[in-house]
Amino acid sequence: MKHSVAAADRLGTHRATPPADRSVSSEPGAPARQRDPAPAAMVLRAAGVHLGDHWVWRGVDASIAEGEFVVVLGPNGAGKTTLLRVLLGLLRLDEGGVDVLGRAPGDSRGLVGYVPQRRALDRDLYVRARDLVSLGVDGTRWGIALPGAARRAQRALVDEALEAVGASAYADRPVGHLSGGEQQRLLLAQALVTRPRILLLDEPMASLDLRSQAVVSSLVSSIARERGITVVLVAHDVNPLVSVLDRVAYVARGQVTMGRPDEVITSERLSELYDYPVEVLRDSRGRIVVVGLDDRESHHD
Amino acid sequence: MTDGASPVLAIANSFSWNPVADWQALTGQAYMRDALLAGTIAAAVCGVIGYFVVMRGLTFAADALTHIGFTGASGAVLLGLSPVAGLLALTMATAVGIGALQQRMRGRDVVTGMILVEALGLGVLFLRLSSGYSNQTYALLFGNILALSVRDLVVLGVAGAVALLAIAAVFRPLLFASLDEEVAESRGVPVRRLGIGFVVIVAIAAAAATQVVGALLAVILIVAPAASAQRLTHRPLLGIALSVIIALLATWCGIAIAFWQPYPVSFFITSLAAVVWGVTRLLTARRFGSVTLHHAHAHAH
Repeated sequence: MKHSVAAADRLGTHRATPPADRSVSSEPGAPARQRDPAPAAMVLRAAGVHLGDHWVWRGVDASIAEGEFVVVLGPNGAGKTTLLRVLLGLLRLDEGGVDVLGRAPGDSRGLVGYVPQRRALDRDLYVRARDLVSLGVDGTRWGIALPGAARRAQRALVDEALEAVGASAYADRPVGHLSGGEQQRLLLAQALVTRPRILLLDEPMASLDLRSQAVVSSLVSSIARERGITVVLVAHDVNPLVSVLDRVAYVARGQVTMGRPDEVITSERLSELYDYPVEVLRDSRGRIVVVGLDDRESHHD
Repeated sequence: MTDGASPVLAIANSFSWNPVADWQALTGQAYMRDALLAGTIAAAVCGVIGYFVVMRGLTFAADALTHIGFTGASGAVLLGLSPVAGLLALTMATAVGIGALQQRMRGRDVVTGMILVEALGLGVLFLRLSSGYSNQTYALLFGNILALSVRDLVVLGVAGAVALLAIAAVFRPLLFASLDEEVAESRGVPVRRLGIGFVVIVAIAAAAATQVVGALLAVILIVAPAASAQRLTHRPLLGIALSVIIALLATWCGIAIAFWQPYPVSFFITSLAAVVWGVTRLLTARRFGSVTLHHAHAHAH
């Protein structure tokens, strides 16, 4: 936690709420931000998606409150990305209903920021980081951007987003030549530039080193707290997120189940979820650490 | 192209070192003015469209389209129609198919490669059936800019204008989709229709380039100026402008050199474009070459 806060400060971002306000892992029984019932940012009602000859998941009832930080866990192919695509309005439900900010998904596109799953941007993309972020503002408009007041206002928005993620230093470098961590910050800036109320992030920490994982994790959480943004983040490794998440949604065996971290992040539940021996440990400062028990599998990087 | 004249000037003109006299000699004859006009149209179209071809990794598809243009042109010769019209018609029809294939990235190269080679085979058959003037074959494969008819010029001009207007209209969504297809889709950009539409526009560029340097060499006029420009500047609009300038210089200088030297125009144009690209790579190698090491270093941690 200390490390995360330090990283966030170094990036020029500030926590609006002190860490004490948060239900951190040192208080495993504390309820997660449920003092005043916030309106639901996203609701799934008896939702199901059918692909090919099987249901990815069905009968899903879930509600995510505004300002909540939800981490989606689950084995490969369980339908985590499918869930994000439904919330984005890119994939239609085959049964049930879904609301995003009280509307049909896809009707509130400027209010939903999205960072898709990927390894890295193409090295041959010789376009400035700034232009990538800028397209988050006007990339859906036809024609060529003309100079003028609107262009200057847009530049201010882009500068603000770059500043918020600590990417100002490489704003003018070609995106293909930035490191994985730098690219991830830019994509976050692009998602933030329209000042969204929801952030959907698909494995933003995949293929990042430990330090970059911690930086991205604390960056997302501090910006989300500061601006009251609802976050749904798909991850494989829950460790860098344990200190910032409110609830866990786990997707497995055709179901999506939501729970508080102390209910879900247990050896039994995670082993069952991944169908693989997993152990949840607590370190000297009370932080949760999740480890796979099979040595042969623990060296993948 | 219709009269089957040799692309090599019959009489080499003498270079006088007097710029005024040389300019008057160069532009003194109608076929030279037509050649410069055709070269200007083709360079503008290829410079602009090539920028997106390189960014979207469509070099191979563009190459296939130029070869299909050869088939279309030779088919038109067989039927007694305008070769340029046949070239445009078949490339644009095939472009829809190639554009649809883009969704399946893996199988794309195999299919494109097969179409490319089979198209050449068909083109040879068509030319043989139309009593096989070797000049016609040579002109289609290696270009015939010095013997374009007025009708060819008009078709080229109209197609080029349509292509440039289309690119201007979709500029921002196309750039967005080219850089970051998934995020663009999530924001409501019709990435699939845009992708197919773009390959149809590439077909126009391929047809224009084929007019100037022939089907076998056309892809270099599309790719080399744009690839050079992207290394020299990372601003999209400036990059496109630079790409057009490089294409124009290569085309004009190539035509001018061929006016005084008894060698094929296509050789000079393609060589100049290739030299600019090579020099650009060398000049920017220090800037971008070192990044590979930096990346390897970063990943080692």
